[in-house]
Amino acid sequence: MSGIPHDHYEPKTGAEKWLNSRLPVIGLLYDTLMIPTPKNLNWMWIWGIVLAFTLGLQIITGIVLVMHYTPHVDLAFASIEHIMRDVNGGHMIRYFHMNGASLFFIAVYAHIFRGLYYGSYKAPREVTWIIGMLMYLIMMGTAFMGYVLPWGQMSFHGTAVITGLFGAIPFIGESIQTWLLGASAVGQPALNRFFSLHYLLPFVLAGLTMVHIWAFHSTGNNNPTGVEVRRGSKEEAEKDTLPFWPYFVIKDLFALAVILAAFVAVVGFMPNYLGHPDNYIPANPLATPAHIVPEWYFLPFYAILRAFTADVWAVQFVQFITFGIVDAKFFGVLAMFGAIAVMALAPWLDTSKVRSGRYRPMFKVWFALLCVDFMVLMWVGAQSTEFPFDWISLIASTYWFAYFLVILPLLGVIEKPLAQPATIEEDFNAHYGTPAE
Amino acid sequence: MHPVSNTEEHQGTRRDFIYYATAGAGAVVTGAAVWPLVNQMNPSADVKAQASKRVDVSTVAPGTQLTVLWQGKPVFIRARTEAEIAEARAVELSALPDQLADNANLPADADASDENRALTEDGVWLVQMGVCTHLGCVPLGEAGDFGGWYCPCHGSHYDTAGRIRKGPAPRNLDIPVAAFIDDTTIQLG
Repeated sequence: MSGIPHDHYEPKTGAEKWLNSRLPVIGLLYDTLMIPTPKNLNWMWIWGIVLAFTLGLQIITGIVLVMHYTPHVDLAFASIEHIMRDVNGGHMIRYFHMNGASLFFIAVYAHIFRGLYYGSYKAPREVTWIIGMLMYLIMMGTAFMGYVLPWGQMSFHGTAVITGLFGAIPFIGESIQTWLLGASAVGQPALNRFFSLHYLLPFVLAGLTMVHIWAFHSTGNNNPTGVEVRRGSKEEAEKDTLPFWPYFVIKDLFALAVILAAFVAVVGFMPNYLGHPDNYIPANPLATPAHIVPEWYFLPFYAILRAFTADVWAVQFVQFITFGIVDAKFFGVLAMFGAIAVMALAPWLDTSKVRSGRYRPMFKVWFALLCVDFMVLMWVGAQSTEFPFDWISLIASTYWFAYFLVILPLLGVIEKPLAQPATIEEDFNAHYGTPAE
Repeated sequence: MHPVSNTEEHQGTRRDFIYYATAGAGAVVTGAAVWPLVNQMNPSADVKAQASKRVDVSTVAPGTQLTVLWQGKPVFIRARTEAEIAEARAVELSALPDQLADNANLPADADASDENRALTEDGVWLVQMGVCTHLGCVPLGEAGDFGGWYCPCHGSHYDTAGRIRKGPAPRNLDIPVAAFIDDTTIQLG
């Protein structure tokens, strides 16, 4: 692998040489594990391991659950109850899988906002960022389809709502919705294909994880200063870095243990806290639950979807200039997907030459506001659409877009950044003192 | 330099202790995580709940057989004729490849006499698993060289008491836990 100079694997024994000249797999594993890593990484750099672990947890518990689950409209709900009551340890395995989705999203949001603050998306790491955004989309699709499988009331009517988003596309929307569902309404074809895709997509995620790691191992990790590792020579690079094994592996595993302690407490003591009781009612196509909301991790984008109603002047304006093709319903769908699209475009929207938010005094304020904005959207997404919630969601949604489309481009021009340390070593020693050699 | 391992310091160091403690905790956690993943494949509560079954045998006339499904396997319930009983009782134990009764209602060392095979003292009722002890095929009734059962898969011959007489099967047909709970009802399991 290119990038930071470091010692590469040299096969020593005859067997290692034999294998390595045919398939350099040990070398690949060695170079991946021993990759030079900036030694000033802080605790926000542990979420990658948490995500990798959670993907593994979801795949393993998922494979186990499939051994007992039946993807049929008449049997799915009963098979979930069978898992909960009859299968040895089934209730625990299902609760781990259910809450594993929440752990996954907590970790991914922390991971994304880490990247947004420290400028990890900026050149030369745009490909890592784009792959990450793609993985985030696939994660959301997988989580949604998994929520459909128990075939409870929320599963059923959530599917109707989410596939209805595609139905809002002008002209071809209805055909797309029918194609997605395999019928004019939610039923057996939808359940069967969502089950198939819910099983497939995690393996796609696992593949993309490897590409994601490959990408940032090629460019080297970002770090809290945003200053690049020196690459002039191996000696110089070693002043800025430490090998991933054992230094960061041990640190990451410690963080993982702390997080899992909290996670297991939730799974053990309040496994349904983050779920909706309505999903323990078997699906009934004849009656929608009174208060239908998505899972917490979709709420910010759900709030954006609902924010742009027909009485907002921007919506009316767009409807007018597109001769009514983009109506309020379609506008909301575009806004929801657009909210993720503008985030994915951050590498090209951010004009600042300084990578880390640590040295950007104005950026810090706007970024803090973005974090608050995200929490507000998550909260308001679970409220009704009455006043004042309609105004709150509209203002919060507008800020989300303004941050990426207006603030990030402008800040790079008007902001005067602070002085950055010359090297990672300098930053590290400023924190921990010069090592006594 | 602080001593970092036993190679430099022959008494255990505090770092050694923390290594062992970490590795030990990791092993326990891994075991605790793996066990439920293995155990979930064992029979679930609803499968175990099918442990017993009651069968009405009032329609089974001498010389006929009722085959029922119990715990996913066939059970042969046969009302034997006088001739079949006499034939089975005339066999010397020494002529049998498997001289154990293989009857779950009797001690494991009970011999394979016809009295130990039959469910009732008069010898009429014979209840046995319809699973060949060779590789698990279902034997055919009233067939084979000994007038009992014959397994078409690999040619095992059973006599009228379901005892193996010829062929690759190692044991007599297994007899499950069974009992008459009234005049016409047999409970399996």
